[in-house]
Amino acid sequence: MKKPAQDPLFSALADATFEAYKSAVISLPSDVLRVIRKAAAAETNPVARGEFANILENIEIAERLGVPMCQDTGVPVVYLTLPPDVPLTQSLYDAVAEGVRRATSEIPLRPNVVDPLTRHNTKDNTGAGIPAIHVRPGEKFTVTVFPKGAGAENSSRIAMLLPSHVYGIEGFVVETMLSAEGKPCPPVFLGIGIGGTFDLAANLAKEALLLSVDTMTEFEQQICDSVNKLGIGPMGLGGDFTALAVKVKTAGCHTASLPVAVNVQCWANRHASVEVNP
Amino acid sequence: MKGKAMQLRTPLGDELLKLKAGDRVELSGIVYTARDEAHLRMQKDGIPFDPVGAVIYHCGPVIRDRKVIAAGPTTSARMNELAGFLIDKGVRAFIGKGGMGATVRNQLNGRGVYLAFTGGCAALASSHMILKGVHYEDLGMAEAIWEIELDHLPLVVGIDSCGNDIFDTARKNAESAFRNFAPRSCPQVEER
Repeated sequence: MKKPAQDPLFSALADATFEAYKSAVISLPSDVLRVIRKAAAAETNPVARGEFANILENIEIAERLGVPMCQDTGVPVVYLTLPPDVPLTQSLYDAVAEGVRRATSEIPLRPNVVDPLTRHNTKDNTGAGIPAIHVRPGEKFTVTVFPKGAGAENSSRIAMLLPSHVYGIEGFVVETMLSAEGKPCPPVFLGIGIGGTFDLAANLAKEALLLSVDTMTEFEQQICDSVNKLGIGPMGLGGDFTALAVKVKTAGCHTASLPVAVNVQCWANRHASVEVNP
Repeated sequence: MKGKAMQLRTPLGDELLKLKAGDRVELSGIVYTARDEAHLRMQKDGIPFDPVGAVIYHCGPVIRDRKVIAAGPTTSARMNELAGFLIDKGVRAFIGKGGMGATVRNQLNGRGVYLAFTGGCAALASSHMILKGVHYEDLGMAEAIWEIELDHLPLVVGIDSCGNDIFDTARKNAESAFRNFAPRSCPQVEER
């Protein structure tokens, strides 16, 4: 599997994956941090204010000590953009996996990846189909690492709604958080994928979590407000903020379909992008 | 916020019967991490530490070079069916996230409390921790029982010894809010 270190493309991508992983698990993107700080200042429930204080102190300590902010360092979800002069080869997939293995031993990360049936742990956070790698054409050669923890991922849902029930989207999202309660470590970010096919909706929902959370559309804000009316609050202890932001991505779909996917993300919406320089 | 936190030290005694759900506390002294596998083995082979007044932390930490690197809480509800025997043997508190079921709430009645620690706050947790020992290391890093000394870990009482449970209150409020939910984007909302 491993390519010789002299292959500059391989080692540059492995290095960039390592760097992006390290940055993602230690420090939050600035827009995510801004949204958490804003909510912490606005929260009125005293127990919830205490939870926000812990979250902000935790973020500061992780950054200062250079340690992961959460012990669930997730499973590796990786997005690559390839410029026209970089061909898509198996070597790129191997390089990303090499970066993940190095990140696991050096940062260190908790070895989370197991065989789904035997539950055998690979000890290096790789496995069949993992890291999950999504490739897009782009102007620059970049790698984005989005480590996904299990608490929030396990609360995610997908539905094939009736096409005449567009109004049911909001209810489905709110119901998802009602059944999730404190399990996904709220306050959460919600990525909503609407349209496409069964699989595409889930992909869109995950990609929506990578969008800037500084602004929301009227539709996104409306769903966010409705989720917050549940009052589940930080960690399910009650409070004003159950969701910090809702982001929606859509795709064309069959006239007889309305797929809706909700990807739940804990407050630690960790992701980082690094440019690859071979 | 911190000035008001009540100070607790393990092993815990009847002082915790005064705690009320929603109180902020700071816990110092030895705690023992345990997840699903450790509970199952303790049930089978006995508890490898003195359980009287002990505190169990639902946590699978990252440990390196005998140091606690990251140690946030895991979902306590997974251990709902596995808490009773520990309380019967003298365990007085559980630390975790998300709360525990009605069975555990009843088992804690008059005997112990459930303390919530903020999910994801692994770096904050480890900055209040010193590793003291380990049991069942063969279960792997996440499932072993790590003996950890806490120094003023900030927690909130989720379930008190009188049956008050702020997770359950939040859950009931959410269910009631959902019953009254009507999407604003709904073209025709019937009168309720």
